[in-house]
Amino acid sequence: MAGMVPFDWADPFNLDDQLTDEERMVRDAAHGFAQGVLQPRVIDDFREERDASELFPMMGEAGLLGVTVPEEYGGAGASYVAYGLVAREIERVDSGYRSMASVQSSLVMYPILAYGSEEQKQKYLPGLASGELIGCFGLTEPDAGSDPAGMRTVAKKDGDGFKLSGSKTWISNSPFADVFVVWAKSEAHGGKVRGFVLDKGMAGLEAPKIGGKLSLRASTTGMIMMDEVAVPGDALLPNVEGIKGPFGCLNRARYGISWGAMGAAEFCLHAAREYGLERKQFGRPLAANQLYQKKLADMMSEIALGLQGSLRVGRLMDEGRFAPEMVSIVKRNNVGKALDAARLARDMHGGNGISEEYQVMRHMLNLETVNTYEGAHDVHALILGRAITGIAAF
Amino acid sequence: MHIVVCIKQVPDSAQIRVHPVTNTIMRQGVPTIINPYDLFALEEALRLRDKFGGEVTVLTMGPPTAVESLRKALTFGADRAVLLTDRYFAGSDTLATSFALSMALKKIGAEFGDPAIIFTGKQTIDGDTAQVGPGIAKRLDRNQLTYVSKIVETDLVNRTITVERRAEGGVQVLQSRFPVLITMLEATNEMRRGSVENALKAARAEVVTWNAEAVGIEDLTQCGLRGSPTIVKKVFAPGGRTDEVQLVDNEGNPEARANALIDAIFARSPDVEKDLFDQAAHHF
Repeated sequence: MAGMVPFDWADPFNLDDQLTDEERMVRDAAHGFAQGVLQPRVIDDFREERDASELFPMMGEAGLLGVTVPEEYGGAGASYVAYGLVAREIERVDSGYRSMASVQSSLVMYPILAYGSEEQKQKYLPGLASGELIGCFGLTEPDAGSDPAGMRTVAKKDGDGFKLSGSKTWISNSPFADVFVVWAKSEAHGGKVRGFVLDKGMAGLEAPKIGGKLSLRASTTGMIMMDEVAVPGDALLPNVEGIKGPFGCLNRARYGISWGAMGAAEFCLHAAREYGLERKQFGRPLAANQLYQKKLADMMSEIALGLQGSLRVGRLMDEGRFAPEMVSIVKRNNVGKALDAARLARDMHGGNGISEEYQVMRHMLNLETVNTYEGAHDVHALILGRAITGIAAF
Repeated sequence: MHIVVCIKQVPDSAQIRVHPVTNTIMRQGVPTIINPYDLFALEEALRLRDKFGGEVTVLTMGPPTAVESLRKALTFGADRAVLLTDRYFAGSDTLATSFALSMALKKIGAEFGDPAIIFTGKQTIDGDTAQVGPGIAKRLDRNQLTYVSKIVETDLVNRTITVERRAEGGVQVLQSRFPVLITMLEATNEMRRGSVENALKAARAEVVTWNAEAVGIEDLTQCGLRGSPTIVKKVFAPGGRTDEVQLVDNEGNPEARANALIDAIFARSPDVEKDLFDQAAHHF
């Protein structure tokens, strides 16, 4: 019939058609790296909770760090949609690897680019883009998670510089980081939240690893302990003040996560489909059962819708017309749906589903974190609730 | 050093069907890829460029959609891409293809510098003829090194290249002066991965596009179907093997087992025994 095309279950709404040549080629390059370099090592990295910091220069060489950062600072100068596609390809392998890259790109490079001085940009961005420098982002504290404004870390005026004291926790990359973007309440700025860029090795700065995670085990997480860390005046990010500083970074990271989670969900859908077609019970494939097909249909539908949402927000971001609430919708929805898909896929794999070999349980475990960090699922609901009613419930 | 790599966009052979009436390959709806053998040629060219400097140009002849393959080659790091496309080229066999490509290569030489090396894959996975590379070499009056498994040495001072060529019964070590045409065997290297940076460059790159007229082809009867004496009479799938596997007793010491194996082979294929005896007699 005229006006119809064959349906592609792996790309239900023809997302591919909606991308530019540039975006498709960036995606293919990221896919090649993810499948060629990351996939062969992920099972071991996760099981052994390995320090995978040697991946940073490799990701840098492949151009996966600072995708949106202008080329003059070592980035790729590509669109936010391209950045999202990269996140999706990395997270198709593992959310932990994507976390490593998201933190570097959105939480370290972005604030230096958006809020930093020209000297800070020249000093840090090329090294962060190439992966020679590893960055981390210190916002969350033991007593300040969903409420970052409740932070206790303080910066006190100290001659021409500052002295920072406090502790940050659940910090991706911190144990091997060279560059620390840390947020603190600055006494010299009326107690407002300000950003500082700290270097590894500063006296009083420690970054111990947090062990025993049952999730994101391929990504190293730690704390940042600051005991009167003396920093020069030019460590201050000059161009932002208040909690909007860290939130500006988080908007970008959360947007990337909305794509990334769909990558993980797509892996789970493909794995469950393949398993269901090959595994025979009662003389026929598992996928011949109505319950099995219903689950596949749910997964595929949520992925198709989620990807369209992320694409739309990405386009608006590229046009400079997005609102943080839009990011809350796609981060919350897509990660929640991806977690559902991973749980279903784990279930559909039966007993084999608990084995590392089938990988769906690793995705499921990872997504528990992704659903919680960068604004927990429920907290994004409150942001949206506030937008709908005008009443803040937090 | 300027190197040109000739590539071809081919249907992914895993997903090909043959038209039951015309016996031609049905390309519609089949995803396309760069001919896998050409990737080994491209990687070898990029390695030489990275080592000695210079430029790598990729050239393809095909429909306008073949630009995808050229952009893919650019993401691996090629410096320039040239698309030779014209409706007059449709239906070209290897004679017409090597003619058109050789004309494009002359123009590439004139515009971007004469290539010291032209690379192709040993053959394509759709035509499987392995004729186009040698055809180009002949038309351009170049030495040709075919079925190359390894590039041993490149001497830019004396302008020579030494390669290993897989031949029947062994490996030949051959040396040629530039300019030369090399067809690369499979599995000779591992293709690099494209970076995001090169993907962006590739997407933003302008692909040089020439038609028959642009490369100076005046006699269109040498192009496309009209310039192609080859006629595909029949395409068929080979029948399945009917031979059965024969198991040989795995008893006794290694010598006894080897003898049992040889006896079984000779019993089944008496010609083999005779050939071996003849060869041995010839030797002494």
